[in-house]
Amino acid sequence: MSFASHDSATRQSQGEAITAEEIAASDAVADEATARYALILGDDALILAQRLSAWISRAPELEEDVALANIALDLLGHARFLLSYAGTAWGKTEDDLAYFRDEEEFRSCRLVEQENGDFGQTIARQLIFSAYQLQLYRRLVHSTDPTLAAIADKALKEVRYHQDHAAQWTLRLGLGTEESAHRMQAGLDSLWSYVEELFIDVDPLTGLGDVAVLPSSLREETLSLLQEIIEQAGLTVPDISGAYGSDRSGRFSEQRGYILTEMQVLARQHPGATW
Amino acid sequence: MTSIDAADSSSWPLWEVFIRSSRGLSHVHAGSLHAPDATMALRNARDLYTRRNEGTSVWVVPAAAIMASDPDSKGGFFESPQGKSYRHATYYTQSEGVKHL
Repeated sequence: MSFASHDSATRQSQGEAITAEEIAASDAVADEATARYALILGDDALILAQRLSAWISRAPELEEDVALANIALDLLGHARFLLSYAGTAWGKTEDDLAYFRDEEEFRSCRLVEQENGDFGQTIARQLIFSAYQLQLYRRLVHSTDPTLAAIADKALKEVRYHQDHAAQWTLRLGLGTEESAHRMQAGLDSLWSYVEELFIDVDPLTGLGDVAVLPSSLREETLSLLQEIIEQAGLTVPDISGAYGSDRSGRFSEQRGYILTEMQVLARQHPGATW
Repeated sequence: MTSIDAADSSSWPLWEVFIRSSRGLSHVHAGSLHAPDATMALRNARDLYTRRNEGTSVWVVPAAAIMASDPDSKGGFFESPQGKSYRHATYYTQSEGVKHL
């Protein structure tokens, strides 16, 4: 008897899930406000994906290299869904929005724009951002906009893992050696002033009703989840207030220009190029 | 056979990964990886070996905990069943009157 078609540990199937191409090809067209909201979420995911992918070939171990690259690719996937959907409002493609918008047109938060720093700082950024995204997508699956709800449903499964990965590393670095605990704490301290920006109810959101999730409504749950993990790791929640000027209105950190330049240079030098 | 002594290694210990592709089947060895502890080994296994929907269950085992047979002495170890054809069902003739066996 042969199990040849079943007993392989590398059996492959694609599974079923929403794709960016389906969103672009579907009849669903975002209205202006919904598109601007999708752009906020998509830009966060896109910039963080770009940041994390810089770890490829540079992580402490090969396995961690793959883990960070996987997370980056998940986020890039979310960005593709969200930018594709946003683009339906303006007749633009995901590439138009990713590669041919300038610095002041992006709506990413400053947390994701910050440089990677050392591994501790990257994990600190992952811990904060994935905790926020976890609460966000948990609520966004109930959006009255069916496309946003479907995107959130796909993203939630992946973000659960991102949050778990960051929490596991926070515990290991916090409870590891004196050096690892010091670096993890330093990472949290250096990023904490960008946390409050995540919870500001910016303009397009306040009029969207049940289509969107108000960031301010995520604040308490996110911060208590962070506090739980940070304290479990023997570290201290930084007592640092929010940095001035964080309102996603087009003001941006100086890092945004550098990361966009790197991300956009090829598409701008060779417009319309394909593989 | 040599085993990897995790304590002597300056990098992370080695883990063997076993994946079950679907319910009812056994876990099959898929490969190995490095991880600082069992919890992280399981997560790394998920990242490295289940990227294309390969599994419904993953086991990780410290490589040092596996006692393996010696490939150089496989003669003595595995050849003794040779010639013992009575251990196979096909050795026996079918009894008369027993149909559909």
